[in-house]
Amino acid sequence: MDLLNALVALTNFVIVPGLAYGSQLALGALGVTLIYGILRFSNFAHGDTMAFGAMVTILVTWAFQSMGISFGVLPTALLALPFGILGTIGLVLLTDRTVYRFYRQQKAKPVIFVMVSLGVMFMLNGIVRFIIGPGDQRFADGERFIITARTFKQMTGLDEGLAVKTTQGITVITAIIVVAALFWFLNKTRTGKSMRAYSDNEDLALLSGINPERVVMYTWMIVAALATIAGVLYGLDKSFKPFTYFQLLLPIFASAIVGGLGNPLGAIAGGFIIAFSEVTITYAWKKVLTYGLPDGLSPDGLVQLLSTDYKFAVSFAILIVVLLFKPTGLFKGKAV
Amino acid sequence: MTETMKHTLLFVFVGVMILLEGMTDFLFFSGSWNSALVILNMGLISAIMAIGVNIQWGFAGLFNVGIMGFTALGGLAVVLTSTPVIPAAWSSGGVSILIALVMGAMTVAAGVMITKFMAPGKLRMLVLAGIMIVGFFVYRAIFDPAVGSVEAINPALQGNIGGLGLPVLLSWPAGGLLAAGAAWLIGKTALGLRSDYLAIATLGIAEIIIAVLKNEDWLSRGVKNVVGLPRPLPYEVDLQNDPGFVESAAGLGLDPVLASTIYVKAGYALMFTVVLLALLWMAQMALKSPWGRMMRAIRDNETAAEAMGKDVTRRHLQIFVLGSAICGIAGAMMTTLDSQLTPGTYNPLRFTFLIWVMVIVGGSGNNFGAVLGGMLIWFFWIKVEPMGILLMEVVTSGMAEGSALKAHLVESASHMRLFTMGLILLLVLRFSPRGLIPEK
Repeated sequence: MDLLNALVALTNFVIVPGLAYGSQLALGALGVTLIYGILRFSNFAHGDTMAFGAMVTILVTWAFQSMGISFGVLPTALLALPFGILGTIGLVLLTDRTVYRFYRQQKAKPVIFVMVSLGVMFMLNGIVRFIIGPGDQRFADGERFIITARTFKQMTGLDEGLAVKTTQGITVITAIIVVAALFWFLNKTRTGKSMRAYSDNEDLALLSGINPERVVMYTWMIVAALATIAGVLYGLDKSFKPFTYFQLLLPIFASAIVGGLGNPLGAIAGGFIIAFSEVTITYAWKKVLTYGLPDGLSPDGLVQLLSTDYKFAVSFAILIVVLLFKPTGLFKGKAV
Repeated sequence: MTETMKHTLLFVFVGVMILLEGMTDFLFFSGSWNSALVILNMGLISAIMAIGVNIQWGFAGLFNVGIMGFTALGGLAVVLTSTPVIPAAWSSGGVSILIALVMGAMTVAAGVMITKFMAPGKLRMLVLAGIMIVGFFVYRAIFDPAVGSVEAINPALQGNIGGLGLPVLLSWPAGGLLAAGAAWLIGKTALGLRSDYLAIATLGIAEIIIAVLKNEDWLSRGVKNVVGLPRPLPYEVDLQNDPGFVESAAGLGLDPVLASTIYVKAGYALMFTVVLLALLWMAQMALKSPWGRMMRAIRDNETAAEAMGKDVTRRHLQIFVLGSAICGIAGAMMTTLDSQLTPGTYNPLRFTFLIWVMVIVGGSGNNFGAVLGGMLIWFFWIKVEPMGILLMEVVTSGMAEGSALKAHLVESASHMRLFTMGLILLLVLRFSPRGLIPEK
């Protein structure tokens, strides 16, 4: 019985939050990795692109709520999501046109692109704060829990409860659907194949008649969709605050790099590696151990490897350790 | 108009802007000499940081986005150098903390030795993991109780190990040394990485440094902040109580309160200018020397420089340490100016990316460009807010009083700051990619 309790505690405090956070990071890292693979630079503006997408979705959600439209037990934000994606696609295509295309034509060095993306990051950050303000925004509605701790206890008769938030369930399911669709697109469709060809060998792809501008355009559109979905899921699950999204840039990059930049599979693996290490290293294991170990061996302290405030530092420590042994990530990423 | 003339005029422009800030309250100027000196002081510090980044990026092409970390270490150096010793902390746990830190360092060193001298394989991984895990738990076993007892001492005011009680001015070189030491450690591990990987790694390391400063209360009091750091200049209150000072202020026709605040700020400005000029002179000498030429050769073509027999990795490490040390000095100066260490305020937008904007706008590869960029961008960083409010008032002047949109626009004007910085960066990168004062 105690072992079951330990397992439930582990699921409740480590596995479920880790899966949800990992999915959010993976979706974000996929966007970063696609840009790196095809446009060949680290897009520092990605976190703020996520914030922009989430902001548009929030504004549409509020409009829907004021019109009385709702999605039943699910959050209304899911209905508003397509509008958010469209808005973000418009934004990234506009920035590509006005900003990035010039440097592509100049064949500028990758590091110039990084600087340019810094400029875009500043501007987006300003725009989002300008429109929605710097504060916390709530936009989650619908049913809050799939299962609450109390019902779980009543159902199973265990001491330990298991609570799964609706947003956590939605996050994981959406991530699975989106990732499946993305891999189908990259592997089966003509455009997807040309994107991969362009990423593997630019010159060869150009020789075989692939239109680079089209590849770039599709990449931006996919990245906009991924960023918006990741941003909305994160906002639903935790909260929406522009500065948080800027900070998310760091674990997202860590995920993409741990997996290997430019490698979509690596981005997903990296997302979960980062998320689970953050959660396990900063989790106080006392409860699980007390259940799991025989009586008398239960620990005195909290058995926390690092305090929760070190969450951010953990993702970077892992990043640096991985880079020391595998300079281009676990899945052999690119280096331009 | 010659190049020199044009560049001098750019500096004159910044000077006139700061003078106008002090003299007139026309448009967005505030007409306060205090405000003008505040802008000038932070502008001087920003210029020093920009020199540090310029040495790394402009001379050697190293993409370091971890400036915030080195600045913060400089700030920490002020606490460690100038605050008084706390004997109780040392007798209760300070020594154990030091022993634990040495233990931790030895564990890491042992790990490095093993990766170096053992043949790769399963056995090496096992030994390495064993040493790391045992080392970690031994370290925590010594460290945790010691930290607990140090942090328990008078936590409202202290709870940290204090400093060495030396004059605060010594903390400026100490900040440089601390940052240089950290940069050496980081450079040893991270400089082998390629451009973007290096950038993200430095960004991450800066976040780790901030996380340590925020959480290790025994060292920096964390988010409880260290306030009331010693100052190299007298306190305003003491000046106001000094009859001699009041008399001479009256002789100039000044109110003693105003005179004392201006006196202190101008004193800082003078000290910062001296440091800035010294560093600028050294950076110029370095740039013109054979060493500077070698650096630029490495920057422009690493492979060719390596073929000529230059040790690229060593040179990169050297310049990484030098540039970071300068950022550390600037960080110490800034903390001295604030006379408090507030780890919670270090934020990469302000302390890393804004410095990058300064270097690029000023002209990377040119020290004078970095100084100009630092002063100019800092002026805008402060003044964009009043400019934005002014602009919004003009834009919304046609709208009905009390309309929701008007209120929102005027209220949001302060967020124009980040937007404008991005816009300036993009415009400079597009139309003058080598900056306002390009490299010669």
